[in-house]
Amino acid sequence: MPAVSKGDGMRGLAVFISDIRNCKSKEAEVKRINKELANIRSKFKGDKALDGYSKKKYVCKLLFIFLLGHDIDFGHMEAVNLLSSNKYTEKQIGYLFISVLVNSNSDLIRLINNGIKNDLTSRNPTFMNLALHCIANVGSREMAEAFASQIPSILVAGDTMDSVKQSAALCLLRLNRTSPDLVPMGEWTARVVHLLNDQHLGVVTAAASLITTLAQKSPEDFKTSISLAVARLSRIVTSASIDLQDYTYYFVAAPWLSVKLLRLLQCYTPPEDAALRSRLTECLETILNKAQEPPKSKKVQHSNAKNAVLFEAIALIIHHDSEPTLLVRACNQLGQFLQHRETNLRYLALESMCTLASSEFSHEAVKTHIDTVINALKTERDVSVRQRAVDLLYAMCDRSNAKQIVAEMLSYLENADYSIREEIVLKVAILAEKYAVDYTWYVDTILNLIRMAGDHVSEEVWYRVIQIVINRDEVQGYAAKTVFEALQAPACHENLVKVGGYILGEFGNLIAGDSRSSPLVQFDLLHSKFHLCSVPTRALLLSAYIKFINLFPEVKTTIQEVLRSDSQLRNADVELQQRAIEYLRLSCIASTDILATVLEEMPPFPERESSILAKLKRKKGPGILPDIDDTRWNGNGNVEHSESSSPSLMADLLPTNRPRPSSSSPTIVVRCTFVTVLVNSRFVCKNNGVIFENQLLQIGLKSEYRQNLGRIYVFFGNKTSTQFLSFSSSVSVEALTLRSPQLNIHAKAVDPTVEGGAQLQQILNIECVSDFTDAPVLDIQFRYGGALQNIAVKLPVMLNKFFQPTEMKSQDFFQRWKQLGVPQQEVQTIFKAKHPMDTDVTNAKILGFGVALLDGVDPNPANFVGSGVIHTKSTQVGCLLRLEPNAQAEMYRLTLRTSRESVSQRLCDLLSDQF
Amino acid sequence: MQFMLLFSRQGKLRLQKWYVPLSDKEKKKITRELVQTVLARKPKMCSFLEWRDLKVVYKRYASLYFCCAIEEQDNELITLEIIHRYVELLDKYFGSVCELDIIFNFEKAYFILDEFLLGGEAQETSKKTVLKAIEQADLLQEVRPHHLESYPDYDCCHKEALLEVKLVLEHN
Repeated sequence: MPAVSKGDGMRGLAVFISDIRNCKSKEAEVKRINKELANIRSKFKGDKALDGYSKKKYVCKLLFIFLLGHDIDFGHMEAVNLLSSNKYTEKQIGYLFISVLVNSNSDLIRLINNGIKNDLTSRNPTFMNLALHCIANVGSREMAEAFASQIPSILVAGDTMDSVKQSAALCLLRLNRTSPDLVPMGEWTARVVHLLNDQHLGVVTAAASLITTLAQKSPEDFKTSISLAVARLSRIVTSASIDLQDYTYYFVAAPWLSVKLLRLLQCYTPPEDAALRSRLTECLETILNKAQEPPKSKKVQHSNAKNAVLFEAIALIIHHDSEPTLLVRACNQLGQFLQHRETNLRYLALESMCTLASSEFSHEAVKTHIDTVINALKTERDVSVRQRAVDLLYAMCDRSNAKQIVAEMLSYLENADYSIREEIVLKVAILAEKYAVDYTWYVDTILNLIRMAGDHVSEEVWYRVIQIVINRDEVQGYAAKTVFEALQAPACHENLVKVGGYILGEFGNLIAGDSRSSPLVQFDLLHSKFHLCSVPTRALLLSAYIKFINLFPEVKTTIQEVLRSDSQLRNADVELQQRAIEYLRLSCIASTDILATVLEEMPPFPERESSILAKLKRKKGPGILPDIDDTRWNGNGNVEHSESSSPSLMADLLPTNRPRPSSSSPTIVVRCTFVTVLVNSRFVCKNNGVIFENQLLQIGLKSEYRQNLGRIYVFFGNKTSTQFLSFSSSVSVEALTLRSPQLNIHAKAVDPTVEGGAQLQQILNIECVSDFTDAPVLDIQFRYGGALQNIAVKLPVMLNKFFQPTEMKSQDFFQRWKQLGVPQQEVQTIFKAKHPMDTDVTNAKILGFGVALLDGVDPNPANFVGSGVIHTKSTQVGCLLRLEPNAQAEMYRLTLRTSRESVSQRLCDLLSDQF
Repeated sequence: MQFMLLFSRQGKLRLQKWYVPLSDKEKKKITRELVQTVLARKPKMCSFLEWRDLKVVYKRYASLYFCCAIEEQDNELITLEIIHRYVELLDKYFGSVCELDIIFNFEKAYFILDEFLLGGEAQETSKKTVLKAIEQADLLQEVRPHHLESYPDYDCCHKEALLEVKLVLEHN
């Protein structure tokens, strides 16, 4: 290389750059730049035609100004003019300006493309390269449209110079990345693959990248590249280091090409051909062997290049995941690197082992390094390396080492960098749940998390612990005891108060027997935190208090006092005020039974994937994510107050805004935005009527059934003079879907607007597939005066609706009665009459129940006998019943016999509630 | 590779090369963030870091930081050597390259990079072949690039040779 001689090329540019560097302040720089811009503008606008050299110089100055971070809004035309210059340097500067400054929607694109076209067809390789570099640098759609079809032919033409082939290959790669639809596949693709055989290693290097990109998109079309890549790789790894001349880098043969070939092979599964496969295995073994050889140079470049190939080979071994020996060797190699003095290698070994941990062949081998990894977590000085160690511990965790790993992560958390705390918290929470053998350990772990890193514990984490405690009876007492103890700390994190409030509200009774945690002590403890908490937490605590009133009648007056205080009843926050007023009122007027129902323990949550996992995935995702912490869950109990909660978060803690399916409590209407309604048993024996009514809305229905089909007309009456907006009504059979659906319900869509005073009709078509217990729920949502209203009403769709009455003679009845003599087929219950025992009413009810009343069958005329058939899609179930009143005792005895135990039981439950 | 940035210890951007389409605003934002992040790191820390959904590979040569953003599946170590090979190419071309060479001959730095890397992938890894291409272009050229003695100002910290200093740093 001839030494670069002194020259005075573009002297003006050097002076300008030097001036800028001498500027003492930002203002001086801006001033100097503005002066220059004015100068250039006047030159460009001047009458005198500028020569190529001046144009080049000025365009170059503009480029420099742009690279300093200033906007440039002129000079593009001059740059485009330079493209048509015959002087290489002028052309080159023109292309550089365009590559750096022109965005794709420029109106100059046609002119630019014209210049490029001329150079591409010039047959001058240096000009062709400039043009190809420009296309590759800009990579716009317009360029793809203009040249994508031309470049493949340049690439595979026999007479194209090597350097042009290289540029063409990578140019095509860029276009294929930005506009894959415009790059036509065709006859050239087969010939591109053969570039892997090219004599010129530079061509192979460039082509390997292109082929990898293409093979990722259409692996089938490029399958032939496997054998070529293996052959090429084999030649490289077995070559003496000097064979490849300038492609040997610090005694490593063609490291870039090797990495690319190994990468290409990762687009495919292991070769099927045995010979090819063993040749590849040999290559990989050779690479692993070389890692054990003494280094040929002390330079870091040597070890980096060698290890780059090694790591890529390991990536391929992991990708294939089929050769246990290679996987274990890879793991051992990485194990050595875990203790290497080079930080970079330790980092990469930790990273690579993470993927190795998920292979069944090497999971155990990875686990043997646990102590080294834990040590890394404690001693690495670089946070990014410690982060990798956390990732690896997470990846290698299983039931056998979960307690150790979770403990180590917890202890690391105390001193962990703030930037990674939240992620560690999520990981600990996931591992603790996934590998919990006993849930007391899980509860301890999560409470420790909150204690140590409360600020970094996202809502998902504390929702989840509550879900788990509610779903597992065996841990509830322990959880109550543990949160009670944790709350004793003088300063505890607000998240702990939330968990504590929720858990004591649900399960405080389990520890109330101990005088040290008597109801009053529990309440005082919670309330001592109240004033330090934010509004959402206070709201939650208020809900916990009303739950206490239900759990512990003895603290009722104390809590009522608190609710009655001005700081609650006149709280400036509407939510708190409303809760205080409603809870106080509820506690005063509701009977113990109603309180017990409204404030019943939360039903179990449906089991599903933890939202913490989703959160962890989101954290790893690209870009900036919406801050989901803005959405608050702020409720508790069956009574939910919320207007802005996101449904997904809500669903986490409130699997159901409606009561337990099997419950048969009386109607609850709590005036708030969420309303939950149970239909009482009135509708067992009748099909029409009003099922729900509040100040805003009345819901009535008419229903008709034939065999296994039913149709319900639902009428929504807007009782106000204002429109309901975004009105929707849908039926959920959620509780039923655990098994295959027993009911199919189709709800016709309704108009989203209900005018004031108007009535809206919705038709529901129902099909009974098999016998069922749980009633479907009608979910209604609408906007009234800005507030979102949610109402859930249980639909009176019960099994007996699908009865067809059957008349039969006494003889037949008894014959069938005897046939259904198996003990499981009969269900009998004796119960006290709740209503006056009137024969006509009873007759009507039995008919309403759906069976035929059979006169003269029973020898005792006071008894009622009925029969019918339950129609479901899958089967028909014959059913006989007998009701024996005892007027003196005011008791009934009800006996049901059907061919199916579940049907007998269900019908008996339904009917016995009617008298 | 998604992009490559060269910046000084003072955080001044000396060269930027983008292989993915981004708006000027995004480019500026990314540059600002990344320069800050890298400059905040201590000397002996590892050369890789996770950044958004990318991997960042960087290395300091005397007064200049070379910083590349690569994708999830890309190879960190080979990227580190891409940086080194680029430094070598600059060094060979300018003869003991320093930051000032890159400031005053930024266009040359771009041309050399284009011969070496295209579309974010290694195009030609042979030092000889790359330099031959540049050399040929120089033969077509009426003038030669500026060199040290011709720079109108002297600033010793930017005249530190990139490669020698690097070797010192390496064996510390």
